[in-house]
Amino acid sequence: MIGVEIHVRLKSEYKLFCSDRAVFGGEPNTHICPVCIGLPGALPVLNPEVVDLALRTALAFGCTIHFESVWARKSYFYPDLPKGYQITQFEHPLATKGSVTFSGSEGDTSVKIRRVHIEEDAGKLLHDRVPRASAIDLNRAGTALVEIVTEPDLRTAADVRLFLGELKQTLEYVGASNCNMEEGDLRVDANVSVRRSGSPRLGNKTEIKNVNSFSGVERALSLEIARQIATLDAGSAVGQQTLLWDDHREELRKMRSKEESHDYRYFPEPDLSPVRVTQEQVTTVLESLPELPRDRCSRFKEVYELKDYDAEVLTQSAANADYFEELVGIHIDPQVAAKWVTGPLQALMNQRRENAQTVPVRPAKIAALIGLIERGIVSESAAKSVLVILAQEGGSPSDIIEARGLMQERDIGQLTSWITEVLAKHSEEVARYRGGESKILGYLVGQVMQSSGGTADPRLARDLLIEQLSNE
Amino acid sequence: MSLQDKVLSSSEVLNFRGSGFRSLDDIKELEGGREGLNAFLAVAEPEDLEPCGQGPLEGVMVALKDNICTKRLPTTCGSRILEGYRSPYEATVVQRLRQAGALIAGKTNLDEFGMGSSTENSAFGPTLNPVDRSLVPGGSSGGSAAAVAAGYVRMALGSDTGGSVRQPAAFCGVVGIKPTYGRISRYGLIAFASSLDQIGTIGATVLEASLLLEVVSGHDTRDSTSAEKPVPRYRDAAVQGIEGMVVGIPTEYFPEQLDPPVRALLDEACERLVAAGAEVRPVSLPHTEFAIPCYYVLATAEASSNLARYDGVRFGARLPAEGLDRMYELTRGNFGAEVKRRIMLGTYVLSSGYYDAYYGTAQRTRASIAHDFTTAFNEVDVLFTPTSPTPAFPLGERVLDPVAMYLSDVFTVTANLAGIPGLSVPIGTVGGLPLGGQLLGPWWGESHIIAAAGALEASYGEDT
Repeated sequence: MIGVEIHVRLKSEYKLFCSDRAVFGGEPNTHICPVCIGLPGALPVLNPEVVDLALRTALAFGCTIHFESVWARKSYFYPDLPKGYQITQFEHPLATKGSVTFSGSEGDTSVKIRRVHIEEDAGKLLHDRVPRASAIDLNRAGTALVEIVTEPDLRTAADVRLFLGELKQTLEYVGASNCNMEEGDLRVDANVSVRRSGSPRLGNKTEIKNVNSFSGVERALSLEIARQIATLDAGSAVGQQTLLWDDHREELRKMRSKEESHDYRYFPEPDLSPVRVTQEQVTTVLESLPELPRDRCSRFKEVYELKDYDAEVLTQSAANADYFEELVGIHIDPQVAAKWVTGPLQALMNQRRENAQTVPVRPAKIAALIGLIERGIVSESAAKSVLVILAQEGGSPSDIIEARGLMQERDIGQLTSWITEVLAKHSEEVARYRGGESKILGYLVGQVMQSSGGTADPRLARDLLIEQLSNE
Repeated sequence: MSLQDKVLSSSEVLNFRGSGFRSLDDIKELEGGREGLNAFLAVAEPEDLEPCGQGPLEGVMVALKDNICTKRLPTTCGSRILEGYRSPYEATVVQRLRQAGALIAGKTNLDEFGMGSSTENSAFGPTLNPVDRSLVPGGSSGGSAAAVAAGYVRMALGSDTGGSVRQPAAFCGVVGIKPTYGRISRYGLIAFASSLDQIGTIGATVLEASLLLEVVSGHDTRDSTSAEKPVPRYRDAAVQGIEGMVVGIPTEYFPEQLDPPVRALLDEACERLVAAGAEVRPVSLPHTEFAIPCYYVLATAEASSNLARYDGVRFGARLPAEGLDRMYELTRGNFGAEVKRRIMLGTYVLSSGYYDAYYGTAQRTRASIAHDFTTAFNEVDVLFTPTSPTPAFPLGERVLDPVAMYLSDVFTVTANLAGIPGLSVPIGTVGGLPLGGQLLGPWWGESHIIAAAGALEASYGEDT
């Protein structure tokens, strides 16, 4: 049985309890103030923007929102934790009892969310800046996180990864987090314990910490599950412990055992009043939530009659799905729109490291380009080059086609001369075609296209080719 | 000239009761000489006196307890762990003082982090009581109370977590006000126990303590626990009189063990209240006996957490060592014995398995104590009690007996637990030593207790 805890960095502009900007990177210790570095006498003040983002998160998972949630102090000593305690929520979290449904390895699977609460992040230790010493960067200290805790409803490492994918997608959809894995926006801890089949008794659980990629979670869990099973098979008991995942060495290291576990000495934070949320606030957030990925995917299949694969790929990101729907909105056939967004546009975005919101070629331009293909003015392959030029230089598709001579060749005389040339060169294939092997036609069309340098109108070329082959 | 007229200008406030103005040089000379009290840990240099605003305290010297952050002067909390520490920012109260025209004379001695009732727990030596130098000045704001009683300054800020403004004011024969929790911003007050800490004012007279309170009170966006409530003219309350006021006398605050001369002075004060137009009647606060244990559980729990940040990593003292844990140990060894004792107590009461028995019980007891007051204030306007069971005690007497030391706060901790305002005003002397009477009011009832204290002060003033 596997339960996970996910720390999600919220997309708030400022830190949780002070007015420093919450930005990734930047010179160490440049986004700090007396509050977030815990100077004596400094006091936290809640940034209300964070509550809104946390509500979006909790409501996206269908959680029950508590109208009053209480801040607590979680105490432990570590150099990156400025106050010697973290301000979090303990006994009274913001939200409880939600669920996430995802496409698991054995079909649709549901995982219960135990709780969602808000807390502040710690700073970072830098081990490579000062010889023989560690340095501390507190830019991250005090930035706003939500922690999402699931019930131990997951069963396999592969499903954990699929679940996390669904979770990430949802967080992006509702705009709660940028979910940038490289910047540590999502960090996962997993609790795992095994049970012999048929046995009601669950073994001790171990906790895997410090994993910041979904594939890392999957690999770490697979290793740990195998280790626990081997331990039980050898007749030993699994010890309760905390393990650290080392992504480079692909191994789990023991961090501490049960005896060494922290006593966090939680108690209510006296410097802050409880977070109070009103029913109106909940209603407003609910109304502003977009359609969630799974709902959107189903709708795409139903309304636009897309294949499962296309609908899933398109709804991976809200931005791609929006782009697709904009194309459909300007009367592009859904199948064609899907093909363009998942194909050439996606390739362009990958190459330019952009997303559907930032890519400079907006839907109207692609729609114009598609129109030119349908009118036979430009070939599909030429249109892909036009797309790249549009991204680099801007301008209109028709101007680019004209300026670069990318129009399709539809002149019968010109086409016929290419065809004659091809037929002369490929007498063997011609004979096979005439012998009844009609499949070979495609090959011959390809040869004509090649001779034309890609400019020949393929449909017209094909028609003319058939005509010539049957003539002689 | 009536008292009311005296309030018109700040220079007159200064001259009220005839005490003169002392310069920084005077303070330095007095503190540096053989008669020095060790009331100040730092005295400002003339260049530290930044140009100030024009307001009711224009040109008035104010001393600050050394747990209030200042940029120009060090802030040590009376601890080795912050020796030489300079805050890069300034407490909200300091800004308000400067806007009102006040000059910060210096930083006063205190029990380390406010933990103590005699100022003997300062890492920089005890403060002496100006009334009798063999006695403690009370604590933890002993330096502030002594500085005012000795006439170094007319006003000072302290902080009061369990009586730390009122008890030293009583021991030194001056006036101390702990306002309602949330009245004064705690931003820049170094925390001891956040849910109990409140900055308080000490003045040579009720008027001065009230004027200072008026200047530093008010909402601050940097302190979520500060209240958005308008600030009344407390200086007017000091002279408004108490005709028709109902004063409750809680029986639990007048135990059998009170010395007869102490009791006699308290009785006399009640008579003076009646003579000034008040009605006096007994009331009961049945949960009083649980206040000290409740207070020491909650205060130490919060303190153990508030003091975790002194880890040698970012500021203050750091003792070099091999390895992180050893560095923590050595650095935090800089704390004094009382601070260590309270950190250990607080850590213990918050440990898993003990939390509910200690912290949980204490929280529930706190609610009962607060409820006692709510009930009492349905019947009476203010309560009158002794500030402390005894006048100032000799230096060294209770250093080795923490519990005896804790019990000197028995009448003051309840106001912090309930969040209500309290004030100590001189009500005569026992064997030449000043005794304080305490006035307690309902939440935001500062004006009532100031009025009652003003009436008492006026009554004693007429004797001389």
